[in-house]
This record gives sequence, C-alpha cells and structure tokens, in this order.
Amino acid sequence: MSIDPEIAPQPKRLVWQEATVVAITIATPRVKIFRLRPVAWQGFTAGQHVDLRLTAPDGYQAERSYSIGSAPDRSGEIDLVIDLIDDGEVSPFFHAVVEIGDTIEMRGPIGGHFIWRAEDGGPLLLVAGGSGLVPLMSMLRYRSDAAPDIPAALVLSARREGEMIWREELLSRDRDEAGFHLFATVTRDVPATPGIHHGRVNAGLIASALARLPAPPKTIFICGATPFVDAAADLALAAGIPFERIRTERYGG
Amino acid sequence: MATTRGFSGKRPADGVGERLPPGQYLTEDFPILSAGPVPRVALENWRFTVKDGVRPVASWNWEAFNLLPKTKLTRDIHCVTKWSKFNTAWSGVMIDDILAEAGIEAPSDFVLAHSYDGYSTNVPTEDLIVGKAMIATAYEGNPIIPEHGGPARLLVPHLYFWKSAKWVNGLQFTRRDEAGFWELRGYHMRGDPWREQRFSGD
Repeated sequence: MSIDPEIAPQPKRLVWQEATVVAITIATPRVKIFRLRPVAWQGFTAGQHVDLRLTAPDGYQAERSYSIGSAPDRSGEIDLVIDLIDDGEVSPFFHAVVEIGDTIEMRGPIGGHFIWRAEDGGPLLLVAGGSGLVPLMSMLRYRSDAAPDIPAALVLSARREGEMIWREELLSRDRDEAGFHLFATVTRDVPATPGIHHGRVNAGLIASALARLPAPPKTIFICGATPFVDAAADLALAAGIPFERIRTERYGG
Repeated sequence: MATTRGFSGKRPADGVGERLPPGQYLTEDFPILSAGPVPRVALENWRFTVKDGVRPVASWNWEAFNLLPKTKLTRDIHCVTKWSKFNTAWSGVMIDDILAEAGIEAPSDFVLAHSYDGYSTNVPTEDLIVGKAMIATAYEGNPIIPEHGGPARLLVPHLYFWKSAKWVNGLQFTRRDEAGFWELRGYHMRGDPWREQRFSGD
C-alpha cells in the first residue's frame, strides 16, 4: 500500500539522497526559494523540514536544516526557502552559487511535532516572525487544498512589506478563502497596503486573530527567531490558550 | 561521497575542527530550542524525584536539593540542530551523588528524565553515572534562566543536547529503553554526536 504523500511521516531510517534543483525564485531581496526534486520521495507532512549536506572536494562537509514551504502534494518536488545570512556558510553559497540543474545531498522529511494534518483538526492559529512563515505556509497551502473548512488565522510579522515572503499569495488567500484570515504587521516601515498593521505582534493583534476564529484554536503553531517565539508564546498564554496547545519552532538554533 | 559543485565551505579555525562532531558548526551564542512555551517554575514549588519504575525512592525540594554536594563541569555541547558551543560552564549535583544520597545504586539500565512541561527523554543509565552527568542548577556562575531550562536541567554533555532535558523534575529508572518525547518522534534512542546518531536508524 502506498503512503499518502500528504501525510507521509518521518521514515524509520533517513537516507541521504541527491536532489536536483529544478527552479529558483527570488522571493524577497534576501530570500530565494529553491525547488528540489529528490530522487526518491514519499511525500511529507506540512511543517516538516529536511537536512541538506554540502561536500567540498577535500571531504569537508556542512549540514543545515531547512523547512519546506510548499504544500505536500504528488509532484515529487519541494520548495526550500533560504534566507541569506551574510556571515553564514551555507546560505551565501545557495544565494551566490547554486543554479538550476545542480544536485544537492538531502535527507528527510524530518519532524514529528511541529506538523499538522487535516485529521488533527482546528481551528488553527499560526504565528510567524520573518522566515518563520515557511513551515506555516506549507500548513496553510495544504489546508486550503485538503481541509478548507478548518478555520485558520495567521499572525505574521516582517520587518518591511517587501520582506514578506509570499505577500501577494497571502493577501489573495485572505481575500478569497472564507476560512482564512491574515493579520500581518511590519515593524520597520509604515505599511502601504491597507489592512497591514504597523509595529510588533502584541496582545491586541493576537486578540483580533482569536476573535476571527469561530472557536478557540485547537493548536497554535509559532515559528520564528527565539525572542519572537518566546514573546508570542507568552502572549498566547496570556490570551488564555492552554500551554499544551502551543507548539513552537525556533530559528537560529 | 559526491562533492557539491562550487562548495568550498568556511573552515573552522585551528583547534576547533577536531572538537566539532560531524555535521556540526561552532556558535558563540547560546541558541534555545523547545517544543512549546517556556514554563516558569517557582522555586517554592520545585521538586525533584527519583523513581524506580512507578515507585518514588527519593525526593527533594529546592532547599534540600541545594544542600547536596555541588560539582562544576565545563564541557562542549552539541545540539542536533547542528550548532555546537564550547566550554559551557555548569554547576549542579552529579547523578552519582543523587543516587548516593538516595541510598541506592542504579536499579536498571535505562532512565526516563521528566520535565515540568511534560517533556521526557530517555538516556541509558551508563551515560548518566560515573561522572558523566548532573542536574545543573547554575550556568556560568548564575542561576539558569527559564529559557535555558532553569531552575534545573539535566546535563548530559556528551550526548546531543535534547537529552539534557530542561525544567527537569525527575529521573525514572525503567526496565526497558522507553522512548521519550523526541525519540517517539523519530530521534535517536542514544544520540551520540560523534557517531552522528541524530535520527532513529542513524
């Protein structure tokens, strides 16, 4: 029996394999999206990540984890979103060197906690800071394909509108999908788009998102840099969301 | 192994590379990982219990626990998310001293460490005894902040750092090697960074 590629769990054994870069998209001035086609791919669950391994001619290796931003589907391809870290080792290589047709070693999918399947139910409250949006975007896209009746709200913080990954898609989903509501805010700029807030995620924005859900969220997923995640988790607790419903994933460690 | 076109990498400085397990990179920060919010445990409510199966064999409140003999350990630590940090300085009570104070020898070969947030992680007994691990109550000479697992965390520095359970409130000896929180979700039962035991099957 084949596994449904939309809810394929982490395999019993994670084997390194080659994946071919089939497309590269510039998402923001500092973010590129790499579409990879692994040789053998059983699918994944929204929220999971993969490990990449780069090998230099002398055998030196570097490994990093990247979340999958595309929805689980039958395409056999995944989108990895790579935020440029200036003094980094792997992200500058991806931004400056990697081209379509290159092969990259990877293994996955990985992760059994920060994941969501339609059968897990909702409502969902998703809270993202910066590129912490990536695994939550996979959940949102999957939700609209597999379970559009499950209500979801996304609280999203970015520095500037131009740094908001998938900004147009999120705005149109907010407009077109009855069960989805976007609460976006930018911290550095005064937003140009009506409906986008200014300032950090605060109790008011969380309260607005909660008020748009027909029932308290069954699960809240928070992803971003550690200070963002800690602040958002404390806001969620203060808003009365039970501790055990809050799942976090932190970038930068 | 296949080389990656155009990749040369940033080599660690002299003296660093040989201290980094495979796939790890050095960080000067102290990143934080947890599956959920940070629990805030008040010292007056804190309690640490050693169990043999379901049977409690010893228990301490914060005051009593801090009267146990303290030891300092300075070690390199390695997180499964790929960062390593060198020379982290901890102080706390060695597991050997906890067992001695409880008046027992390790009753089985496996331990589940339990935490205030509901987290658990399994560690073989032999990775906890004979000077290898402690319940840490201080980091760099100060109380451990909640984000890093305070008031007290398990410290098993020679295994991947998820085994060093934050907000620890007990050690439970088990007959079988029972998978903890991350181990049930695909992570390795032992987690030796030098053998790159990140995931089940590694």
